[in-house]
Amino acid sequence: MRLWIPLSIAAAGSLVLAMLVMPDWDMPPKQTEQLGYRGTGMNIIRDMEDEAALKAANVVPEPPYEADPSGPPIAIIYENIQVLGHLSEDEHNRLMTAFTEWVAPEEEGCNFCHNPDNMASDEKYQKVVARRMIQMTQAINANWQSHVLETGVTCYTCHRGETVPPNTWSRDTGPQPTGGYIGYRAGQNVVAKYAGTTALPQNHLEAFLLGDEPIAVHSQTAFPTGANTTDLTNAENSFALMIHMSEALGVGCVTCHNTRALDDWDQSPPQRVTAWHGIRMAREINKTYIEPLTSVVPKDRLGPEGDILKVSCATCHNSVQKPLYGVAMLKDYLKSFGAVTSAPITGAPTIVDTPPIDRPPAGETAITPPAEEAAITPPAAVGDDAAGAVPPASITDAPTVVDTPPIDGPPQPAAAPAAADGGDAAGAVPPAPITGAPTVVDTPPIDGPPQPVQ
Amino acid sequence: MTQYQNIFTTIQVRGHPEIGVPLPPEDEARLGKPIFEYWIGKFGYAQIGPIYLGTLGLASIVFGAMSIFIIGINMWASVGWDPIQFVRQLPWLALEPPPAKYGLQVLPPLNEGGWWLVAGFFLTTSMLLWWTRVYRRARQLEMGTHVAWAFASAIFLFLSLGFIRPILMGSWSEAVPFGIFPHLDWTTAFSIRYGNLYYNPFHALSIAFMYGSALLFAMHAGTVLSVARYGGERELEQITDRGTASERGALFWRWTMGWNATMESIHRWAWWFAVLTPLTGGIGILLTGTVVDNWYLWGIEAGIVAPYPDLYPDVVNPAISGAAQ
Repeated sequence: MRLWIPLSIAAAGSLVLAMLVMPDWDMPPKQTEQLGYRGTGMNIIRDMEDEAALKAANVVPEPPYEADPSGPPIAIIYENIQVLGHLSEDEHNRLMTAFTEWVAPEEEGCNFCHNPDNMASDEKYQKVVARRMIQMTQAINANWQSHVLETGVTCYTCHRGETVPPNTWSRDTGPQPTGGYIGYRAGQNVVAKYAGTTALPQNHLEAFLLGDEPIAVHSQTAFPTGANTTDLTNAENSFALMIHMSEALGVGCVTCHNTRALDDWDQSPPQRVTAWHGIRMAREINKTYIEPLTSVVPKDRLGPEGDILKVSCATCHNSVQKPLYGVAMLKDYLKSFGAVTSAPITGAPTIVDTPPIDRPPAGETAITPPAEEAAITPPAAVGDDAAGAVPPASITDAPTVVDTPPIDGPPQPAAAPAAADGGDAAGAVPPAPITGAPTVVDTPPIDGPPQPVQ
Repeated sequence: MTQYQNIFTTIQVRGHPEIGVPLPPEDEARLGKPIFEYWIGKFGYAQIGPIYLGTLGLASIVFGAMSIFIIGINMWASVGWDPIQFVRQLPWLALEPPPAKYGLQVLPPLNEGGWWLVAGFFLTTSMLLWWTRVYRRARQLEMGTHVAWAFASAIFLFLSLGFIRPILMGSWSEAVPFGIFPHLDWTTAFSIRYGNLYYNPFHALSIAFMYGSALLFAMHAGTVLSVARYGGERELEQITDRGTASERGALFWRWTMGWNATMESIHRWAWWFAVLTPLTGGIGILLTGTVVDNWYLWGIEAGIVAPYPDLYPDVVNPAISGAAQ
């Protein structure tokens, strides 16, 4: 019996069927947009169905309500307000309501971050993280306009209604090689989930968005001079980062490069400058704001290798070139997120942020705290850690609330002035250098009106 | 009028199996009792076997199998002996060459590229043995050795990528990994690092010869099939005694493009195009990183880069323009 004939036909048929069914085909219609000079192939091709799905998935939520900016700043109403003390009570409450929509699980609401018996308490790690994230958001909007322009970011840009933003990264080593004498794969050659499922290095984000390894691999001379010490391993790492950016933004190489000379700035569209700042911004976020939180969040919030979930380009962009299609969500929350409101802290291992507004002397404080704040919990054991939680002693020059920039003004030039050293120096607004990890601390019981800042 | 019957062979001539010319007494016998298979005859010749393996062929297969075994077992170990991941990720898996820190060390640690060198040695041995076998079989049949030299051209490209250029660069890490997607990623990274291989003139020549090979293949195969109704597929007969098939094919091209190959010369053209594809490609590889470090900048010096208008006069490298952050 010639069994091989039907078997071969079946095998060939299955193969054809698999090749037809398995790939992620994009059916027409498509839309092509020319990005560069004619004939250079600098076009972006968008699948209209995918585009419609992305548009539906990237809608800015309306603010809960119009907040009343009048009234005393909440720093003199509530205890332990460290970064948002300049808001009015209504603005503050609106923001808290928005937080529960943007970040907190629906069934937990306020209690996700707050102890309902003592709202001022920093005992829940979520609150410590949230404060650090507010500072981060402020720093992004104030110091990184080279990347976020006036559009800015809010919690929702990344969180999208989820406690953990849908797109984060952590060290990726799986599937683990056997080890011993066999199975070496140099941290690559498996499906790289942060490099567009290529076989490129799995942990390039660690090199570029946490570390600051150089990305450029090109020689600046036609012939070898020995000046360029990068090799193909460097090139594969940089290639992986570029694939990540391309996937994260839903764009191709040509959005930022004329691919005939990838490194040549003279031929690069201006988007490349924005992206350049974005890489440095993500690096700064991870280094200053995210990684120090590793000791604060519980183990089950960490990645499989025990490092914290960090941000990449995909965290904000979510497959869209301008996150949320460029809608400026920040304009409704400018007072909260538009400027850095916490003062520099030096040398302290724990985070204690300055209340941004000088509180009136104790005697003048006539406002009684609202009921929820007034519900005094039994005195908790005040440890050494608690000492740092209330207004700090080391403040020499507490800043006042910074004027928020007008949202409808002309866009700032991408290149901010000053800082010619090209390093991580600050831009126009000096950010609050934050050092070390914040700690979860118990707030001391409130015995009376807020204490004045020394 | 004769019916055109050559899309699939409708008549299969079957006699006693062809055993081949007698072999010299020092050679081993050919292996296998020939069989005929009707459906195979639809594609090629209906007779299968006998095959001559010989010492060289056997050694080649043993070395080749060992290298494939080493590559495969390393791929499997690279996903922790997980059979499901091995199957699912097979196109992603690879045996990686040693990292740069080992330079040209003859045997770096097995699990840091040592296996790559062992597998590469076995694979190279296997190919050289197979080349010798191809050469020897051709001489044995008193043929020319065209196939062997064409194969040698491909081996030259293989050795340029994995052996000669890494030695010139002073590091095995410059070599290609053994894997499906990883070797493609390597190719792109290679072009990125060395400033766009498209400006490498030998790469350009290689592409021209490769596309030219495909074009010549299509022109020649089309011509021969179209005169098959006049016996044109019996090319050797047409070469020695030009008949109407050959005349018509030649006339067709003389009418369409003013000139034509001959039944013999067309094969010479095609052979050279095919052989020059890996040959020029290999030269392009050997020049990259050793003689030229950035092919785009070389292209500017050579005057082969098209000028474009400066569309983005405001774009400056932020790293040197003193921009914040």
